[in-house]
Amino acid sequence: MDWDLVLSSFWPMLSGGLTATIPLALASFALGLLLALVIALMRISGQPVLSAIARFYVSVIRGTPLLVQLFVIFYGLPSLGVTIDPWPSAIIAFSLNVAGYAAEILRAAILSVPKGQWEAGHTIGMSRTLTLRRVILPQAARVSVPPLSNTFISLVKDTSLASLILVGELFREAQQIAAFSQQFMVVYIEAAAIYWVFCLVLSVGQSALEKRLDRYVAR
Amino acid sequence: MSPADPLLRATALQKSFGSNQVLKSIDLSIDSGLVVALVGPSGSGKTTVLRCLNGLETPDGGTVAFRGGPALDFGPKVSKKDALSLRDRSAMVFQTYNLFPHMTVLENVVEGPVQVQKQPRREAIANAERLLARVGLADKRDDHPFNLSGGQQQRVGIVRALALQPDLLLFDEPTSALDPELVGEVLTVIKELAEEDWTMVIVTHELAFAREVADEVVFMDDGVVVEHGHPDQVLRNPRHERTRRFVDRLLNPF
Repeated sequence: MDWDLVLSSFWPMLSGGLTATIPLALASFALGLLLALVIALMRISGQPVLSAIARFYVSVIRGTPLLVQLFVIFYGLPSLGVTIDPWPSAIIAFSLNVAGYAAEILRAAILSVPKGQWEAGHTIGMSRTLTLRRVILPQAARVSVPPLSNTFISLVKDTSLASLILVGELFREAQQIAAFSQQFMVVYIEAAAIYWVFCLVLSVGQSALEKRLDRYVAR
Repeated sequence: MSPADPLLRATALQKSFGSNQVLKSIDLSIDSGLVVALVGPSGSGKTTVLRCLNGLETPDGGTVAFRGGPALDFGPKVSKKDALSLRDRSAMVFQTYNLFPHMTVLENVVEGPVQVQKQPRREAIANAERLLARVGLADKRDDHPFNLSGGQQQRVGIVRALALQPDLLLFDEPTSALDPELVGEVLTVIKELAEEDWTMVIVTHELAFAREVADEVVFMDDGVVVEHGHPDQVLRNPRHERTRRFVDRLLNPF
């Protein structure tokens, strides 16, 4: 085993992880979650047109590969005269993708809150929007943490696809080091290990968050 | 309407769910300060009447008028805003409490006053603490609902409604989900409110309680008001056969 290579490649890869993989995942997840909430609300709005648009969106996103979505935005759009840099392209593609999956999670979570909670909000004079914000979403948030954490962990790993549109994230660093050193096994296992540690940390964060949100709920 | 008019007058309320006509034509008049017990077999439409008065259901037809407010005509087209205005006048206490589980007892109570009525938070808290103390729950203010017994949760439910200072309190079978030994503590609170001249409509199966507390009993069956009047008359000496059968069944279940 070439320990010098392991050590010398560790910092470029870790820094690609910390300066690209993680920020890319965080930004895409935050934007994706906002869009997901809009789509979930459209879906349960009871308005046929809005609901159909939301269903169509989820169907397209879940029915096409993320890599294809990424390529359409980065390599496809320029032929329509829209050229987007690698970073924004990656953020757009990942947010749109996350939104498709998270919308279904949020929809199920909102519907899981008992109807009596809506009525309790209404009887103290709250509008639908205020009830949603103050009563329903806080309870839906608790239900949706485990599945949303899964989505986020998948996203962290999926950001490696951004290497294919030239974003200098963890895996792109690994590819360059591997090509230069010709030590593919060592370098790629090392990259895998770094992803794994990232995801372990996220899992710990997930447990802590779940515990926090579960404080006030009878089991 | 003049002050002598009833606090609430509902005429010819109708409501169907699909092909099931739950309310055929309900007339109801409730005077200020009185307690009306709404009794009847399950499926008779009692709860639906209550929900229509609170704007949780929109009637298919009929009118509802609170004193000093417009007479809402639930004809072919009633504006959503008008229908929802009913909620400003009344507040509901639910059979299953429906407290907000993610909030403390105190937060449950101040939520409406602060978020909806825009009361200053400090004032709303002082008021909530006073009301909680009245129902014997001052020491529970920082607990979450799941730490409370059913009877305690329902008392919080009552306080949450009271905190809004509604003209009319609506109780939907407030003790039906409670263990028998917890029923008394909730009925005691309701009785005290009756003595303080709150106007209340109570859907209940507790006939003994209705006889003791209510000023008027309304007996419903199959979507219509069969008879109404003084509790002693309706519950001891019913005019109608249907009322008699219902009262007999509740008093002698076996």
